[in-house]
Amino acid sequence: MTVIIAIWEVISKLQLFPTFMFPPLIIPNDPGGVTVMKTLVDGIISGQILEATGITLGRLLIGFFIAVVLGLTFGFLIARYKWVDDTLGFFVTALQSIPSIVWFPLAIVWFGLGNVAILFIVAIGATWTMTVNSSAGFKNVPSIYIDAARTLGASGPHLLRTVIIPASVPHIISGLRVAWAFAWRAIMAGELLGASGGLGYLLDLGRSIQAMDLVLSIMIVIGIIGTIIDSQVFLRMERSVARRWGLRT
Amino acid sequence: MKVDLNKVNKSYTKGKNDSLHVLEDIDFSIKEGEFVSLLGPSGCGKSTILKLIAGLSHPTSGDLKVNGTPVEGPGTDRVVVFQEGGLFPWMTVLENVTYGLKIKKMKRVEAEEKAMEGLRMVHLANFTNAYPHELSGGMKQRVAIARALVMDPDVLLMDEPFAALDEQTRLILHQELQDIWQKTGKTILFITHNIREALTLSDRVLLMSTRPGTIKQTFNVQASRPRNPSDSIIVDLEKRVMAELEEEMNKVLKEEFGDDYRYKTDSVRDRDNSDMGSHI
Repeated sequence: MTVIIAIWEVISKLQLFPTFMFPPLIIPNDPGGVTVMKTLVDGIISGQILEATGITLGRLLIGFFIAVVLGLTFGFLIARYKWVDDTLGFFVTALQSIPSIVWFPLAIVWFGLGNVAILFIVAIGATWTMTVNSSAGFKNVPSIYIDAARTLGASGPHLLRTVIIPASVPHIISGLRVAWAFAWRAIMAGELLGASGGLGYLLDLGRSIQAMDLVLSIMIVIGIIGTIIDSQVFLRMERSVARRWGLRT
Repeated sequence: MKVDLNKVNKSYTKGKNDSLHVLEDIDFSIKEGEFVSLLGPSGCGKSTILKLIAGLSHPTSGDLKVNGTPVEGPGTDRVVVFQEGGLFPWMTVLENVTYGLKIKKMKRVEAEEKAMEGLRMVHLANFTNAYPHELSGGMKQRVAIARALVMDPDVLLMDEPFAALDEQTRLILHQELQDIWQKTGKTILFITHNIREALTLSDRVLLMSTRPGTIKQTFNVQASRPRNPSDSIIVDLEKRVMAELEEEMNKVLKEEFGDDYRYKTDSVRDRDNSDMGSHI
C-alpha cells in the first residue's frame, strides 16, 4: 500500500503528465496545489462528498431492497412450481448474463432520466443473482427437515417461515452478498451516465471539469464503502450463521 | 389394533411403462403398547413402510389405518425419529423440542416445562441452550427422541435411529429406550438392519425380504425384560434370523454381481457382529 502510494507520488512529481491528469495523493506538487487527500477532506468537510454518498446509498438501499424481495419471491416460486422453473427459471439464467447497464437505454425511455431509471437498473442488476441463489437455497433444503417438521404438525406458511426459509439462510446470505456487489456496480454505472446527485454524478463532474483529484477521491470513497459493507455486514452475517450452524468458516 | 396394514402396495413409476415395485402386499398390525421391529437389508423398503405410516408418502394400493382411521397425511399422533440430522441446526435444543408443542398452540411456559421433562427423560436437561452441532451423535438422537416424546404420539416411528452411532453409545441407548418404553407404554415401530438390535428391543420382529419388499417371517421375542443380548433366547433367535437372511443375501448378491457369485453358507452366522453389512 505504502509502496503504491510512493510510486504514484514519484510519477506525479516527475511531471510526465500534467498535474490535473495525474494529481499527487498527499504532497502537493506546487505550494498550495491540489492533492487527492486535500480534495477528499475538503469534500467531506463541505458536505459535498457526504451528501453524494448519502444519495447514492439511499438509491442503492431502495434498489437492493426491491431486488431482494423480488429475488426471494421468484426464487421461491421457481423452487416450488415446476412450470415456473421451466419458464422463468430458464429465462433468469439468460437475464443474469446481461450486464445491468445494458438496460439503461430502455430504462431512460421507459422512466425518463432520473431516480426511477437508476433504481430500475440497480434492482434489475441484483434481482437475477438473488433469484438464482435463493431458488438454489429453497431447492436444497434437506427433505429430512421438511419431513420432520411435517410429522411435528407444521404445514403451509408456518413450515415456510420456521423451516424452509431458515434452512436456506446460508444460500440466501451468499446471494445477498453477490447481489449487493452487482447493485453497487449498477448504481455507479447508472449515476455516471445520467443522474443528478450521487457519487457517480460527482465522478462525471470531475471528468467534465478535468479534476482528477476529485475523481480519485470519489474512487477512494467508493472503495472504502464497498469494503466496509462487505466485511462488516455480509462477512459478519456469513460468519455468525456458520458459527451457529457449526459449519466451517 | 393401533396400526393396521392390509395388502399395502407401493410402486414408483420411473419413466414410461416402467415401474419399480417397492412393497408387495404388506400385511401386519401392531397392538397398543407393542414394540415391533422391521428388520431387513438396505433397500428392502422398510423405511418406505415407515413413511407410509407417517403419512409422508401414500400407498399405491391397500389399507393403512392408525387408531382405526385411514392415514391421509402427516399427523402428530405419529411422530418420527429419523436416522440422523433430523434436528433443525438453526434452533437450540430447547427450541427443537418445543417446536411441535408450539404448533399445538401450547403456551410457551408450559411448552418449555414439558420440553424440560422430555429432556430430563433422555438425560440432557443441561444442554437446553446448545445447538445441535455442539452435541455428539448420541446426544442428538436423545434430543430427537425427546422431541418426539413430548408430542405424546400414539405411535412412535423410529427410522434406524441408532444406525450412525458407535457400538457403546448404541448399547446405552438401547437400555434407555427400553426404559422409556416401559415408563411411557408407547407403541413403537422400530426400523433397523441390525439383527441384534431388533431382537434386543422388540416384542416382535418382522423380517423383510427384498425386491419387491415383503414380510418374509415374523419372530416373537419372548425373552424377559430388561433384555440381555446374551440371553439364550435371543442368541438362538439370532441364529434363526441369520439362516433366513442368508437366502435373501444370496439373492441380492447374485443380482449385484451376476450368477457366478455363490454366497458361502454359514459364513456370517458365527461372526460376532450381527450387522448385515449395509454400512460398510
